[in-house]
Amino acid sequence: MSATTDTAMTVASIVDVASRERLTSLVQEVLAEAKQQGATTAEVGVNISQGLSVSVRLGEVETVEHTRDKGLGLTVYFGQRTGSASTTDFGSAALRDTVRAACAIARHTAEDDCSGLADPDRLAREVPDLDLHHPWNPGVDKAIALAREGEAAARGVDRRITNSEGASLSTHEGLEVYGNTHGFLGAVAGSRHSLSVSVIAQDEAGMQRDYWYTAARDARTLDAPAVVGRLAADRTLRRLNARRLSTRQCPVLYEAPIAGSLLSHFVGAIRGGALYRQASFLLDSLGKKVFTDFVHIHEQPHLKGAMGSAAFDGEGVATAPRDLVRDGVLLGYVLDSYSARKLKMPTTGNAGGVHNLTIAPGPDNLAALLKRMDTGLFVTELIGFGVNTVTGDYSRGAAGFWVENGEVQYPVEEITIAGNLREMFRHLAAVGSDVDRRGNIRTGSILIENMTIAGS
Amino acid sequence: MSGMLALARQSLLEPAGISEAELDRLMGGLMGGHVDYGDLYFQYSRHESWSLEEGIVKSGSHNIEQGVGVRAVSGEKTGFAYSDEIVLPALLEAATAARAIAQQGGQGRQPVAWRGESGLQLYQPADPLASLADDAKVQLLERVEREARAQDPRVKQVMASLAATHEVVLVVRSDGVLAGDVRPLVRLNVTVIVEQNGRREQGSAGGGGRFTYGYFLEQEHALGYAREAVRQALVNLDAAEAPAGAMTVVLGPGWPGILLHEAIGHGLEGDFNRKGTSAFSGRVGEKVAADGITVVDDGTLPARRGSLNVDDEGTPTRKTVLIENGILKGYMQDTLNARLMGVAPTGNGRRESYAHLPMPRMTNTYMLAGGRDPQEIIASVDKGLYAVNFGGGQVDITSGKFVFSASEAYLIENGKITRPVKGATLIGNGPDVLQRVSMIGNDLQLDPGVGTCGKEGQSVPVGVGQPTLRIDGLTVGGTQG
Repeated sequence: MSATTDTAMTVASIVDVASRERLTSLVQEVLAEAKQQGATTAEVGVNISQGLSVSVRLGEVETVEHTRDKGLGLTVYFGQRTGSASTTDFGSAALRDTVRAACAIARHTAEDDCSGLADPDRLAREVPDLDLHHPWNPGVDKAIALAREGEAAARGVDRRITNSEGASLSTHEGLEVYGNTHGFLGAVAGSRHSLSVSVIAQDEAGMQRDYWYTAARDARTLDAPAVVGRLAADRTLRRLNARRLSTRQCPVLYEAPIAGSLLSHFVGAIRGGALYRQASFLLDSLGKKVFTDFVHIHEQPHLKGAMGSAAFDGEGVATAPRDLVRDGVLLGYVLDSYSARKLKMPTTGNAGGVHNLTIAPGPDNLAALLKRMDTGLFVTELIGFGVNTVTGDYSRGAAGFWVENGEVQYPVEEITIAGNLREMFRHLAAVGSDVDRRGNIRTGSILIENMTIAGS
Repeated sequence: MSGMLALARQSLLEPAGISEAELDRLMGGLMGGHVDYGDLYFQYSRHESWSLEEGIVKSGSHNIEQGVGVRAVSGEKTGFAYSDEIVLPALLEAATAARAIAQQGGQGRQPVAWRGESGLQLYQPADPLASLADDAKVQLLERVEREARAQDPRVKQVMASLAATHEVVLVVRSDGVLAGDVRPLVRLNVTVIVEQNGRREQGSAGGGGRFTYGYFLEQEHALGYAREAVRQALVNLDAAEAPAGAMTVVLGPGWPGILLHEAIGHGLEGDFNRKGTSAFSGRVGEKVAADGITVVDDGTLPARRGSLNVDDEGTPTRKTVLIENGILKGYMQDTLNARLMGVAPTGNGRRESYAHLPMPRMTNTYMLAGGRDPQEIIASVDKGLYAVNFGGGQVDITSGKFVFSASEAYLIENGKITRPVKGATLIGNGPDVLQRVSMIGNDLQLDPGVGTCGKEGQSVPVGVGQPTLRIDGLTVGGTQG
């Protein structure tokens, strides 16, 4: 815990020369201990982070949370046998026990030809500064004031905003150091700040809730609280008096903030783990057309200041920009070293996931996409988990708006949208220019030619 | 003093050299100013998991987590800080940060006499990680794999995992209550992929609870999961497209009780109702379900995954009636929301770990049995869906709309189960769906012990259960309109 009794006082960043040195030597010590205990090779990741989250509701402070975390994770290899362990206790006895626990597990796991560290020639040789760390310490009072401002802006929009789930402001920063016995050692500092507002609107028909948020690595690029509040209120109000739809087939337009879920399902199906287990509807699809002609999907791991940027992946492998889909054709999978060996391919530097996955935007803004859809469903919220990666079968709860002649007619709810992802990808009709850049997947709104709506 | 509390003190306070005098000092530091209530949550947990695929146990992991969460409550305000080091100076610092929420001044806290809360004795305080030799854990997974493959040549992949947690918690409250709990939890899961003529489908099964690994060896429980996973996967190989639209749905007993968890459970948690943001807010005493429907949340079931001797605020769990014969009776409460709503806590204050704030959460939520024979219920349906296994679900508390996704379902035609259909999401409106229940089976079952509930980023183990139910007019999200 940091000593922040005076709320006006700001907390110093935990990322500095001393903490880098401390974590680096911790990694080296644990690697040495693993060797000492008999491991052939080993890898260690250590992280520290701190943050502040405040929430206000109806203008009053609800919670003030100070967070400060640390953790160490270790994987040891005895030949081709693997064991892992982690701890939050950095005391020397605890670290020795953690190494011992990982080694004990490796004595019981089976020989696996594909296990082991990343190949040495794939490890990152340099770690460029990607502008990911912008510590921001507003102090408790300022954080509360910003959250209050966001919530007040939302509540002031319309008298039908009758209640609130509150507004919260969070700021976090941290440092991660990863090293392995091939001699790789890399450190990455990062930050994330966010402000979210969630309010409730009510009319004779009932209550609706919606929210909006802004998030960035650099607090100076956050949207203003008044903008976030206004959007939260507008998004909530427009849902009032929602109807159901009858069961039908029609085009579906996914609003940009939820369209990324379609790309997540795509990534889930081209992940090495799903492929070598034969648990994907996109098995053996490399070089084949999986999307409509105009679809290009690429990774941008070195984008400055972006949420998903990384110079090396979770195994120290150098990342590089690349195309996953060009002209609708699948050009690459999402692999770490293990799954790459299983598939007899080189790793793609995706241990830990994709980096700023981006689908090339089309020329149409949201209004133009609605015109283009003409008649159909504009989905703004999805709930539930009805996605089967083995078969591609897709069925999720939805809320949004019924659209006719390119104009929103009325809000709809308590319906499902269903199809098969393989077919949905092949019939992806348009990607909007309204790109949501807040997260690790960057996409505009996505129009799917035809899906089944189930309703009343 | 109860055994659990003694064990918790021995594991958490003694190694840190923290005596009652130090607890007094910590509580004094936390309760300065206008703090109404404060607590310290000491936690130590060890977790392990072993996983098998392609016939071999490829990996295993062992994790240790420990720390203390420190909370100060003043009116509706909560200050919270935590430390992952259980040493006095770090805890004093956390207490100072947490209490900054309240205005300074006011009366300092007078030391109170510490008194032990004995809690319930629903499970043995055993360490499940140590309940089986590591070799035997590996062999168990290998037996599960062989059993799955022996079921059918179409089985192409078998993935199995075995996991255990040994958790010790100690709650130290500003009202002088000390409560301890030692919570074992084990789980075994099997997923298989089958293939026939180029079509692949999967099936999953598993179980667990608050006991040791020995359970999986008894009565072939583990092998039973392997057979069940294969059975489900093979059913899905023959599944046709699911229907789309509103229809009569018969839900099987047990795990389909996720309906209750999503449709009404979350909406009856105290925080949403104190804030008036739930579709059920202000509706106690109203009819929200059909006659004959009684739903409880019960944290006192011996050895169940969702059970606790005391909740994470030191309140013994209990059986709380949520709906009785169709009438809404009450909400699930933690101490903060109970105090603000002027009711008693119900033993539902739960948190993922010391690094998270407690909030009202479910334990084991189920509907009591009715009088109908399940066969009679199916026979009563001309055309509809019979859904017996489910994946996850989700709810929008405010609008009341909820979903849960079937992973094994069949068409009912002319009172008979005719053919399997693919999984689909079912959607409904919480305050409305239980009013559409027209038949309640006599076959109440609880789930096998695999449920995990997520709320505001915090995961906790839970249980669900129900008898076979007939619901008239639930929307089925298939593709065949």
